[in-house]
Order: sequence, then structure tokens, then C-alpha cells
Amino acid sequence: MSSRQLSRTDHVGLHPKPGEAFLGMPPFPQAAHVALGDDQLRRNLGHATSTIRTKRLRAVGEVPDWEELRLAGASIKDHTLANLDRYLIEFEAAATAAGATVHWAADAEEACAIGVAIARSHNTSEVVKVKSMATQEIELNEALAAAGIDAWETDLAELIVQLGGDTPSHFLVPAIHRNRNEIADIFRDRMAEVGRPAPDDLTAEPRRLAEAARLHLREKFLRAKVAFSGANFAVAETGTLVVVESEGNGRMCLTLPEVLVSVVGIEKIVPSFADLEVFLQLLPRSSTAERMNPYTTMWTGVTPGDGPQEVHVILLDNGRTRALADRVGRQALRCIRCSACLNVCPVYERVGGHAYGSVYPGPIGAILNPLLHGVSDPHDAALPFASSLCGACYEACPVAIDIPTVLIEQRAEAVREKAGHPGPPDPERLGMQAAGWAFGKAQRLNRLQRLAARFRGVASRIRWLPGLLGGWTRYRAMPEIPQESFRRWWSERGSGRSGLDTVDASADLLDQRRSSSERSQRPPQRRSSTEQGQPPPQRRSSSERSERVETSEETEQ
Amino acid sequence: MNARERVLSAVRSATHGAGDPDIVRQYRTELDPTELGEHSDIVDLFVERVDDYRAEVHVIASSELALRLGQILGEHKVRSLVVPADIDARWLSTTHARLVRDAPDVTAAQLDEVDAVVTGCAVAVAVTGTIVLDGGPIQGRRIISLVPDLHVCVVPVSAIVGSVPEAVGRLDGTRPLTWISGPSATSDIELDRVEGVHGPRTLVVLVVR
Repeated sequence: MSSRQLSRTDHVGLHPKPGEAFLGMPPFPQAAHVALGDDQLRRNLGHATSTIRTKRLRAVGEVPDWEELRLAGASIKDHTLANLDRYLIEFEAAATAAGATVHWAADAEEACAIGVAIARSHNTSEVVKVKSMATQEIELNEALAAAGIDAWETDLAELIVQLGGDTPSHFLVPAIHRNRNEIADIFRDRMAEVGRPAPDDLTAEPRRLAEAARLHLREKFLRAKVAFSGANFAVAETGTLVVVESEGNGRMCLTLPEVLVSVVGIEKIVPSFADLEVFLQLLPRSSTAERMNPYTTMWTGVTPGDGPQEVHVILLDNGRTRALADRVGRQALRCIRCSACLNVCPVYERVGGHAYGSVYPGPIGAILNPLLHGVSDPHDAALPFASSLCGACYEACPVAIDIPTVLIEQRAEAVREKAGHPGPPDPERLGMQAAGWAFGKAQRLNRLQRLAARFRGVASRIRWLPGLLGGWTRYRAMPEIPQESFRRWWSERGSGRSGLDTVDASADLLDQRRSSSERSQRPPQRRSSTEQGQPPPQRRSSSERSERVETSEETEQ
Repeated sequence: MNARERVLSAVRSATHGAGDPDIVRQYRTELDPTELGEHSDIVDLFVERVDDYRAEVHVIASSELALRLGQILGEHKVRSLVVPADIDARWLSTTHARLVRDAPDVTAAQLDEVDAVVTGCAVAVAVTGTIVLDGGPIQGRRIISLVPDLHVCVVPVSAIVGSVPEAVGRLDGTRPLTWISGPSATSDIELDRVEGVHGPRTLVVLVVR
């Protein structure tokens, strides 16, 4: 654990402010280092993610056809993405026929311009908002502010984040980095500046905090003329939009104001209304670990006399077609933003969302950001490495996005990108070149191995290495250099015995190191990861397995 | 080229050669018998699941609806009540609350002064304990089931289906739909579930056999 103590002002760097959204953030490795030193953050995250992991397993375990639903969810999304042009046009036609106005935006700037123009045309100085990843991604609040329009976040956690002056760190519980006492402080300090003040006798009890938010926001809901939202799903067949939520702030925004503007990523399309039967089972159980979330609203254009009478939809690209063009990576566009991968990720659990430097944190963010923007930026280029490749995210993903495979693909791309832009000498590249040279010829390798064996005694006493190699010695002992290489041992003993016997003998050796229960459960190629002297496991659930794997990351790679 | 054409042409070039993956539907559309557990039927299951959300749920006979409705409104000290315009007048024969009938000119500010709402529903899902309103008979506009702090929902057993796919099959996607599973809630503070943020903080479900 780092001995560095963070003062309150250090949080400014760690929890970036909206507007300068993540611009001042260091790339992942440095940001993660700072986050790891924040004991409060780690406690908040550890508690929250372990609670939700346990609950999710229960909610998912209840569904007998969960794997079939995952398969359906993945295949519906794949089918839609492959035919996306057709379904987008179908959605546009159906929504328009139902009275909505459909706009298209190639990037964030265009989407914000459309949103600001609609708000301005109603002469309003404020709008209310439902929590939405898409509007955060395009920084709509900042664009509205620049036009003199206040955008009030109405989700409790978003309100905490907005009043606290930082940015979300999780899709589902954006204020996961704050505990109840910090939240009570924020409400007491800031609510009065922007509306109804917090009650004088406010305590840190969650029920009281929720009530303070209810009272504070109710007056805003009642007077708002314009609301902004995202959408969880957009149905091509009917032109219907769907918002899945818990608190009722979504219903307020989607029902009360006269004008509703929804910013919808083009990957949110599903072909038919019936397809919702799959996602309404997958999403709530994966995200909040509930059988069903408290409220889901579905609306199709304008319903005369009921709800907003002016309805806009902004279909947003902003890098999605870039991701769609990536044969391996396009599966990331299946994502339904449930956040299950964040909660099971051993890296996210320790560093939190802000270190990822994007509105999309965690494993999905590690692949989505480079797909949306490319890896030319150092922030995005660092993200594919922000993983131990343990695979827990893939297992938890309700639409079966194979995040580890995409990460590996992107690591390769990040290396290719770097190779294409020769810069100052880089120790990693030099090391790889040296290794390439050493492994290039068998004789050369032989000679080097013999040479290395002579330094066995010295190597075993090394406790510290400089530079890049220090990354190893900081946390681990130096590996022992064997007396002779495998190749040499093989050639010396190989003459007297058949190859088959030799293989059996080494397999026996491995068996002695393992417990009998382990042998019956794990395929032989996974054996190496169990040789860490851990107790013999009984039947393991997926979350337990993910915890094990993180302790043996070197062997898994 | 306008934004629409730019986005669509980028989509087309990105998906060029992507083929046409089939949709695989091997999941169940009806309730699996194991999901019933110890419950005798889907009505029983629905009641248990609604209760699990910490909503108040009662199973009553249709003959006692008016009586029980009056009792429940009394227990919750309801002094004013909004109802859909097409509500059966007999339901309200035992309540003394001030009545507001839903109409296009009833504003959100007026509803904010009303204690409770009584509605029917379109469909209910047993396995998830969900009720769905679609703006049809005895449901009124979406706003009336949202602004008051107490929502009493009358669910005839004929509206209850076992699974989510069965419910989706019964609904018309082009109607304004609200799926309600328990009272308004949040887990935003340290992932502790707290009932009651912006929607009705109390949900009472009356299942009518």
C-alpha cells in the first residue's frame, strides 16, 4: 500500500471536473496509482462492488434459461449491427409517423448543436435531465451551459456528482466513490446555491438523503419545460424508445415537460418490440441485480394529451461507425450498459472509474474508448493494458462480449501504432528487440542460457532492479535461474528413454503438486494457474473463480 | 452531404461484408415450472414477488373491492384522491376522500397536492412482480400514477401472466407504457436500497380473484 496520504484537494485531480472532462487526467497507470493510495475510495468501492456481485449471482441464478437469453441478446445485437442502415431508416420512419422529429448527428458537436437549438427555441433557461451515458459522452451539459441554459441532473447519484463538482465513476451508481457522510456534506453545502436547500436536520441516513433529493428536485420537475434523456433501447419496428430506471426521475422527465429530447446512440436499435422480452430480462438482473427495475418507460412519438407533445430523437454516431468497422471489436457495440463487468473486475474494484479517464470506465470502457477514438491518444492507448485478462467480465456480460479477446487485439494495435511513430528510445522496445535477437537462433539462445546460469548466485540475491524492470522487483522476488536449460536437459537424458515415458513422468510431477479434487475439475491446460499453494477448492462459483484468477495473473497470460 | 447521409454511408461502409448473423431464440417464452417454486399458481408467485419489493399487496374477492379500497385509503390517511375518468364509480363508494378526476387540464402542480391515485393495469408479470400500465381502461394519463405519493393498483387475476415474454406479447408497443416493479427506489448511496425517491413512495397492489 502506498504511504502517500491524499488531502481533500488532491481529489480535484482524481475526480475530474465536468467541462474539463478528463482532459487534465494522467493516463491510466499514473491515475491508477493515485487512486490506489486513496483508502476511502478503495473502501467505498470494495464494499459496493462485493455487495452487488453477490446479489447479481443470485438474480441470475434464478433464471433457468440465462445462457439461452445471453445467446439471444448477443445474436439480436449482432444481427441488428450487421443490418444497421436498414434498421435506422425503419426506426426513423416509424418514429416520424408517430409524431417524433428525428435528427442525425455524426459527432458530439453536431448533437450538442441540435440539442441547444431545440432548448433555445423554447426560450428556456433550464432543462431537466435523466441520467444518460450518451449525453455525458457528448458533454451536452457543458454545451447547454455555454448557451446560458442550466441542465439539472435528476438521478440521485448524478445530482451528488453534479453538486459535488466532479464526474461519474460508474454507469449505474455514478457516485459509487462517495460514501454517505460525503454525500450529506455535499447536500448541506451546495443544494441552497441551486434551489431548495437541504433540510436543517439532514443526517447521513440514506433515507433522509433520498428525501432531501426528492424535495430539492420536485420543484424543478414541476416547472421544467424541456427535458433531455438518453434511451436504453430504440425499437426499429415501432419507433419506440425505452428508458430503464429506478427512482422515478426518469418518469418525471419523460412525462411532465412539454418538450422531450432524447440522444440515442445508433447502436441502441433493436429490430422488433418483441425483442425487448430478452433485454428486459437480461438488463435488470445484470445491472442492479433485481428481477426487474422499479420503472421502465416506453414511448412512441407523441401520445396526444399524455406526456410531452413535442418529441425529438437525436441519432448519434460519434465514433460508433468507427467501432462498427472493427471486425473483432464491433461486438463492443452490443453493450447494454449494465455495468456487470465493472463490478466483477479486479482492476476496477481497486482503482475505480475515474482512472480510466472516460465516461465509459471498467472493462467495457477499456475496449470501447479505443474503438470509438482509436489508440493514437496516450489515454486510449493505455486502456487495453488496464486488465489482467482474467475473463470475469466476459463471464458476467449479459450479451457475451468477449472483452479479453478484444483487449488482446487492441494491445496489438497499440503496439503497431507505436511502431509506426518512432519516437525517443523506449526501454520496452529495446528489450523486445533484444529478446527477438536472443530467440532468433537456437545456438545463440543456448549460449546465452549457459551464460545466464553462471550468474545464478548473483541473480538470486537481487532485490531491486532499475527502470522498467523495477515493475517486477517492486512486487515479486526474482525468478530463479535454473542450473541447466530445458533444451539441454532434454538432449542429455533423451537418448536413453522414449519420449512418451518422459511426458508421463513430467505429468506425474505435476499431479503431485495438485489436489485430487482439482484434477477432476480443471482441464489440463489450466493447471499452471493452480500451482500457487492454495487450498484445494471445492465447487467454485464464477465470482470465486475470478477472485482466484487475479492472484495468479502471470500464469493466466 | 447532410448528417443523415454521412452517418448512413459510414454505417454501410463499416458493415460491408459483415454478413447477416441469425438471431438464436432458444429461450423460454413461458414460465419454467421450476420458477413457480413452492407457489401453487402464478397469482401466488406474483403476490410473493410484489411483496419482495416491499410493496403492500392484498388478495381480495371482487365483491369486497370497494370495502377494502376504502379501508386502505383510510389507513393511509388519504384526504384527496385522483382517479382515471373511466373508473367504476362503485369502487369509490366507501371512500370519503376529495376526488379529482383525470382530465387533460389537471396540471402536475395540482396533482402534487393530491395524496393518492387509484388505477387498474394492462398486464402483470408474476415472475418479476411487475405491473404494466398502457393508458388503456381505468389507467388515465401517465402523470396521475406518478406525482401522488401513494399508488393503489387494482390487478384482476386475468391480467397476470407468468413471464416477461408473455407480457410483451400482450402489449402494444406503440401505446405509452409504464412498467412498475415496487415503489420508487434507489441504491445510489453505498448500494443500500432505499424505497421512495421521486415516484410514489408507497405502492399498494390489490389482486382481485
